[in-house]
Amino acid sequence: MDYFLTEEQQMIVETAWEITREKIIPQRAELDEKNEFATSILEDIARADLFGIFIPEEYGGFGGGCFEIVLALEQLARGCVGVATSFAASALGIFPVLIAGSSEMKEKYLPDIAEGKRWAAFGLTEANAGSDASGIQTTAVEDGDFWVLNGTKQWITNGGEAHVYTIVALTDPQKGARGASIFVVEDGDPGFSYGKKEDKMGIRSSATRELILRDCRIPKDRMVGRRGTGFITVMKTLDISRPGIASLGVGLAQAALDEAVTYAKQRVQFGKPIISFQAIQHMLADMATELEAARALVYGAARHIDAHPKQMSKVSSMCKVFATDMAMKVTTDAVQVLGGYGYMKEYPVEKMMRDAKILQIYEGTNQIQRNVIGQELNKEYSR
Amino acid sequence: MEILVCIKQVPDAKDVRLDPETNTLAREGVQSIMNPYDRHALEEGVRIREQLGGQVTALSMGPPQAEEVLREAIACGADRGVLVSDRAFAGSDTWATSYTLAMAARTLGTFDLVLCGKQAIDGDTAQVGPGLACRLNMSYATCVQKTREVDKEAIVVERMMDDGYDVLRLPLPALLTVVKDINEPRVPSLKGKMKAKKARITTLSADDIGAVPEHIGLAGSPTQVVKVFTPKPRGDRMIFSGTAEEQVEQLLEQLEPYL
Repeated sequence: MDYFLTEEQQMIVETAWEITREKIIPQRAELDEKNEFATSILEDIARADLFGIFIPEEYGGFGGGCFEIVLALEQLARGCVGVATSFAASALGIFPVLIAGSSEMKEKYLPDIAEGKRWAAFGLTEANAGSDASGIQTTAVEDGDFWVLNGTKQWITNGGEAHVYTIVALTDPQKGARGASIFVVEDGDPGFSYGKKEDKMGIRSSATRELILRDCRIPKDRMVGRRGTGFITVMKTLDISRPGIASLGVGLAQAALDEAVTYAKQRVQFGKPIISFQAIQHMLADMATELEAARALVYGAARHIDAHPKQMSKVSSMCKVFATDMAMKVTTDAVQVLGGYGYMKEYPVEKMMRDAKILQIYEGTNQIQRNVIGQELNKEYSR
Repeated sequence: MEILVCIKQVPDAKDVRLDPETNTLAREGVQSIMNPYDRHALEEGVRIREQLGGQVTALSMGPPQAEEVLREAIACGADRGVLVSDRAFAGSDTWATSYTLAMAARTLGTFDLVLCGKQAIDGDTAQVGPGLACRLNMSYATCVQKTREVDKEAIVVERMMDDGYDVLRLPLPALLTVVKDINEPRVPSLKGKMKAKKARITTLSADDIGAVPEHIGLAGSPTQVVKVFTPKPRGDRMIFSGTAEEQVEQLLEQLEPYL
């Protein structure tokens, strides 16, 4: 279906697809098997100027928005969701600075991020604070010209690989929702270290580690935005990053569908290619239809967000929950279409199915997304 | 450093078919691409410029649509693209082609380093690079698999041989033809693509380069393609496999009746 992309948007699609075709697809199976971070591929992505897509031009970026990120992530996800997640997580990590940072802070960090010289990561989740983000226990205490942070962040994507971390910590625990602030912690700051690398079911080319803050001392100017606005910035960050995750689901499902259709045309049983049988055709038809519906919803949500509307949470959560549930279903069906071959690591679809699962969990579980949508509907009908 | 990279637009090899009736290449629906070896030559030129400064000029002799590969070259790091195109060049063999490229190069200025792909995947002759070097009076090396050092005076390279490689030092100006092992070309960047979109490709005609009519096109080509055909298979073939000893055993068995 034609989505009427501009020439520049088309260039983004082509650039990202070329990386997928030339660099990601040849390496993805090995990275997955070895649980290896895709450093050289991220460097290729940097050289192609993709890290700068959403950074304003004045800081060396391309000046694109949510839709441009969505386009790039979809093409990268056709290659490997692990690689695409690493790229997406860097964007997620720097969004707080874009949304709430001072111009000095933006000047300091954004140009290097735009060039892909430095990567970012987002540090919110803790052992006791997943869906219940307000349950975080990391603290930040003033000490003269410094903030001192203490706590442990869990399951942080790009942990140990990124250079710049946006950490959510409690500055006024007694103030509840107004009690948190965001800080930029850099690799090498005193008192900042990493835990072991996690061994995951999927997205194994993405690095997931604990972040350990033990009397981590950072200068006062590292606070992002005003004190106490932490959770507000987090919510705004997730609103604009969720379509990106949705788009990972779209790209992944596209790759899975491509494998399934190609296989069904070649595999002959009962004297015919199995695509001639209605059972297979109906599966493929449902996969393709839901994929296209998800794509249209994600693109629509991204464009809506780029128009800077008053309300975006509902639409953002809708596209995330729909596209990621779709991706889980489509990748599972792709394994089914490939049958015994689909179950073997020699074929790419089993990895796609393993990679899909996390999409329903991170950046807000799909249960939380449904909460958001329900609450927004409630608010809408009360206005 | 002034670097010239010669590139050619060719049909994508995997799409090419012979039209069974006319026995010529069927070109409809076949994608045109930058000759893969030239892509590696371009990447090497851009890397050397990144190291030593200067300018990379991409040059192509071809029909008007060859402008596409020049834009692609700019997207991949070339500073400018020049197309030398004229109906009078039609039917050129490698002799006429190297003449035309040499005249174009002289028109553009003097170059310290000229880089070419080893061969074009449609002609497969590998003659234009060396021909161009001789016409420009430059030392040259073919099948270069690595650049070891380069400065304003000379370039040191590894030339691939059947049984290893030679290390050669060429004083500048020099010409190299390169093989794919030399580098991993970068993916064209977004900024590169935008620059390519806006770029003005200079087009030079036969007159612009001062080409003598007898030396260009069909008139200037000592060789001509008389016929292109798919050879008929010459009968049954067998492939022996196994260790050398086993294969010799099998071969002797087959040859026995004839000995």
